Amino acid sequence: MRYLPKSPAERRAMLDRVGVTSADELFHVIPEEYRLRRDLAVPPQMGESEIIDHFRQAAAKNAVGYASFLGAGCYRHYRPVVIDSLVQRGEFLTSYTPYQAEITQGTLQAIFEFQTMICELTGMDVANASMYDGSTGAAESIMMATRITGRSHSVVASTVHPEYREVMSTYAQHQGLPSSTVGYDAKSGRINLDLLDAAITSDTACVLVQSPNFFGVVEDIPAIAAIAHAKGALLIVSIAEAISLGIVRPPVEADIVSMEAQSFGVALSYGGPYCGVIATKDRFIRQMPGRLVGETRDADGNRGFVLTLATREQHIRREKATSNICTNQALVALMATVYLTVYGKEGLRELARQNLAKADFAAKTLASQPGTRQLFATSPRFNEFVLFTEEAPATLNARLLDQKIIGGLDLSRWYPELGHATLWCATELNTRAQMEAAASTLACAPVEA
Amino acid sequence: MACPTHLRYTKEHEWIELDGNLGTVGITDYAQSTLGDIVFVDLPKVGDPVTANQTFGSVESVKAVSDLYSPVSGKVTEINAELATSPDKVNEDAYAAWMIKVELADTAQYNALLSAADYEAFIAEETGK
Amino acid sequence: MATETLKPSATLASGPTPRNTTLGKVRTHPTQNEGLIFEKSSPGKRAVKLPPLDVPEADAERILGDSFRAEPAPLPEVSEIEIIRHFTRLSTWNYAIDLGMYPLGSCTMKYNPRVNEFIARIEGLAEAHPYQPESLAQGSLEVVSLLEQCLIEITGMDAITLQPAAGAHGEFTGILLVRAYHESRGNARRKVIVPDSAHGTNPATAAICGYEVQNLKSNALGMVDVAELERIVDEDTAALMLTNPSTIGVFESEIHKIADVLHAKGALLYMDGANMNALVGKARPGDFGVDVMHLNLHKTFSTPHGGGGPGSGPVACKAILEPFLPTPVLARKADGSFGWNFDRPQSVGRVRAFYGNYGMFLRALAYILANGPDGLRQTTEDAVLNANYIRASLEDLYELPYKTASMHEVVFSDRRQAQRGVKTGDIAKRIIDYGFHPFTVSFPMIVSGALMIEPTESESKEELDLFIAAMRAIASEVEETPELVKNAPHSTRVSRLDEATAARKPVLRWRPVE
Repeated sequence: MRYLPKSPAERRAMLDRVGVTSADELFHVIPEEYRLRRDLAVPPQMGESEIIDHFRQAAAKNAVGYASFLGAGCYRHYRPVVIDSLVQRGEFLTSYTPYQAEITQGTLQAIFEFQTMICELTGMDVANASMYDGSTGAAESIMMATRITGRSHSVVASTVHPEYREVMSTYAQHQGLPSSTVGYDAKSGRINLDLLDAAITSDTACVLVQSPNFFGVVEDIPAIAAIAHAKGALLIVSIAEAISLGIVRPPVEADIVSMEAQSFGVALSYGGPYCGVIATKDRFIRQMPGRLVGETRDADGNRGFVLTLATREQHIRREKATSNICTNQALVALMATVYLTVYGKEGLRELARQNLAKADFAAKTLASQPGTRQLFATSPRFNEFVLFTEEAPATLNARLLDQKIIGGLDLSRWYPELGHATLWCATELNTRAQMEAAASTLACAPVEA
Repeated sequence: MACPTHLRYTKEHEWIELDGNLGTVGITDYAQSTLGDIVFVDLPKVGDPVTANQTFGSVESVKAVSDLYSPVSGKVTEINAELATSPDKVNEDAYAAWMIKVELADTAQYNALLSAADYEAFIAEETGK
Repeated sequence: MATETLKPSATLASGPTPRNTTLGKVRTHPTQNEGLIFEKSSPGKRAVKLPPLDVPEADAERILGDSFRAEPAPLPEVSEIEIIRHFTRLSTWNYAIDLGMYPLGSCTMKYNPRVNEFIARIEGLAEAHPYQPESLAQGSLEVVSLLEQCLIEITGMDAITLQPAAGAHGEFTGILLVRAYHESRGNARRKVIVPDSAHGTNPATAAICGYEVQNLKSNALGMVDVAELERIVDEDTAALMLTNPSTIGVFESEIHKIADVLHAKGALLYMDGANMNALVGKARPGDFGVDVMHLNLHKTFSTPHGGGGPGSGPVACKAILEPFLPTPVLARKADGSFGWNFDRPQSVGRVRAFYGNYGMFLRALAYILANGPDGLRQTTEDAVLNANYIRASLEDLYELPYKTASMHEVVFSDRRQAQRGVKTGDIAKRIIDYGFHPFTVSFPMIVSGALMIEPTESESKEELDLFIAAMRAIASEVEETPELVKNAPHSTRVSRLDEATAARKPVLRWRPVE
């Protein structure tokens, strides 16, 4: 029990002060029939080295030493070493939500820097201190739009991450908020603008698109904004691959940007913790969910930072709050802040250029193999692309695994109309050799396909 | 704290001044001092209906939100737009920082409200002093 | 570039706690000034060197067309040493568990073991992609499975989802299960009952799940008034959201009656597990009638709060609610391997992309393994002992509004100090000067001027004694020099901040000086 800082004698002395003979006596208020009079059936205590062994053994059962072309909402980017050295400082790691501003200026200032960087990247006026992730941030954005417009309906592009769409649907359906889905243009992979226009009604609060979308295609944000705004609906742009903002034009026409910041130095970690964030225009601040840090002065005139506009939140407004969110992803937002500081203005640009070049080369290399072609090849894109193969994705990926390559994500689960389609991602960490190895595996497809 | 005698009051700490069938509504000095620094005032739009004893907006301090209750029923004819940028005016002078003007549906509602003396007695009772 | 210069604090220079004076366990501690990172930026400085591109350059302007970003975002341009110093300096402005006792009631600020951080970064686990083939993710899935089993055992429930990202997200998920259950029986019902002592997240959650919130007043003991509950529960009641132990740190000893009252009308009992640190290994919610509950891995199971997150809010439930759990659920296949089951027709749907805050699962499991059954029980006993020790040591000076036996936290009120014009918030600011993080202030709302103290098991007798001495010293200061307390803190880098101006004229981002 190495985490418990008491000797038996100290426990004894404390029990005496309290006036009981055993700690168990302190539980007398729990009716006896509900007292657990046995050991919990959990594994026995382990020493630190045993714990490390336990998890190392688990890690060894995972993919180790594989090249991966998976993206689809979780992106493998290099994480500079300074991120972990800084976020593991106990003063950041083991601090609570900065409600006591005088002794949490470090966290508060770092969040203020995070909010600023998100604004600079997205072209929005204000960003919050984080949401759980991109999917819940998107769902909360829709709820925010319904509060702003007083309308209830939302229109969501089918090219938004399917799991994000599932989350939005969970949130909306239980509040009786109707939603419709708009399909994509088969040639471009972008949202079909005619269908979009037709889907927006006088009760449509918002249009939500993802860009780059789930196929890696960059949407035509100005055109979509014009259609939404003409009918009084807001535009929400969801961004899953944040590195794209290094080279893709920011969605300045959007009213709300809901972003997943995982790409900014956050480990894949089998899907979380990641870092959602909502950014918006000044005039919508009061309907925004989540914590906000603001600049102010102390009694002596020094600059300082505080949590502000808290009356939007659940701990004050209870059932009338903008959201029930409390705990957010602060430490992950700090990772993103450090990451963006490390890469900086030019570094992020160069990194984005590398991603674009890698994906472009991977797409061309893979699509030049017999029986394969790139879908939506003429549309603007960033670091993901859809590959059509004559061979079924399951058999193709099995052959790639034999070569220690994890190939593209099989899209048939969500987009059966695309046939044998896989979603590939290439980041700065994918080497030319990996791409060529994947291509040559593709090339030796069994003839029966 | 003296309550102006030409106004009528509610137990929810609003005041109203009547001129013909036009009422001017704000919150009392007692209310502003209890709330502390007021940082935001949320008001209805011109033309919105208000109903006696129902909320028509809210005032926020740093860590609290309080609903505003209309003393009377009627239609909002004007709002004090200055409060959007300077909510601190309410703290400075609660009786000058009016919030909405209402065209009363029935001026009898005004007469049923508390006089300054009644309101002062009510506060004394509330605060146990 | 504007560089912040700190004026010497008047209160520090001339106030009652001059520099280098020992006060309680601390001395005043000079910290370094540090501007915003943007103010250090200078064009051309870099902290990164990318490897050379091993593929041909792509024509980004051609590929992106109108979507090409002409101007890069004006992120700071600094070097690596400046980054290290910047964030290290910022970190020194924070208080943290690693520095001392952090007795925030309801927040369970316990020690965050370092081995947890180590194992969460083991490559095969930290770099696992959520879409990698299940056959190549068996290690990750085994962790999920073992953690699920442990949490089911600890709570005494039948099934669990680890998908929710935090406590409030768990509440949302739990109430959706309740809703789906009632819907499956033909009627979602209309209202959720929430005691007035509840966390703000409870009513907010019920509202976003489409329920009307019905408040339940606590009785004179600060507990659920069972007679009143019986009066208001009807066929329209979907659930009661109950925190047990309650937010005043008291176990609802009539919990079985509460459950019976609800169940008699077909309503369910939801338990907010925020205070589970008082129960682990000593009592199980599943045994005392709870139908569904959430846990906070960042409270009870030692994952770090990180300045506000990330958390993780698993939801455990009884078998009747299992069909409605979010998709996917972990399943064991015929060959013994693990996989995700997406075929869940009655599911409430997904509440988050992928499988939840997986990194927190690793840490929570490491904590459970480090403790074992005996350690978990001892942990709970120590947490409760610490709270009672503080209560016994302070109840002569601070008013105890509810005399009921305390579990893992104790709630005092500022009634006596308020007579001298000193409020709970002032005492909280003053305890900072003694080297502690304040307790939770003004919550729960059923206690006027609450001081909510949760020491957790992580405090030694020595640290507790220092805290008690500090609280006793403040009680004397309130009598003798109340102004000293009302103007606290006196030892911090910044004095009390102007929150009113921050809210009236929000400045929420930095902008370059023109």
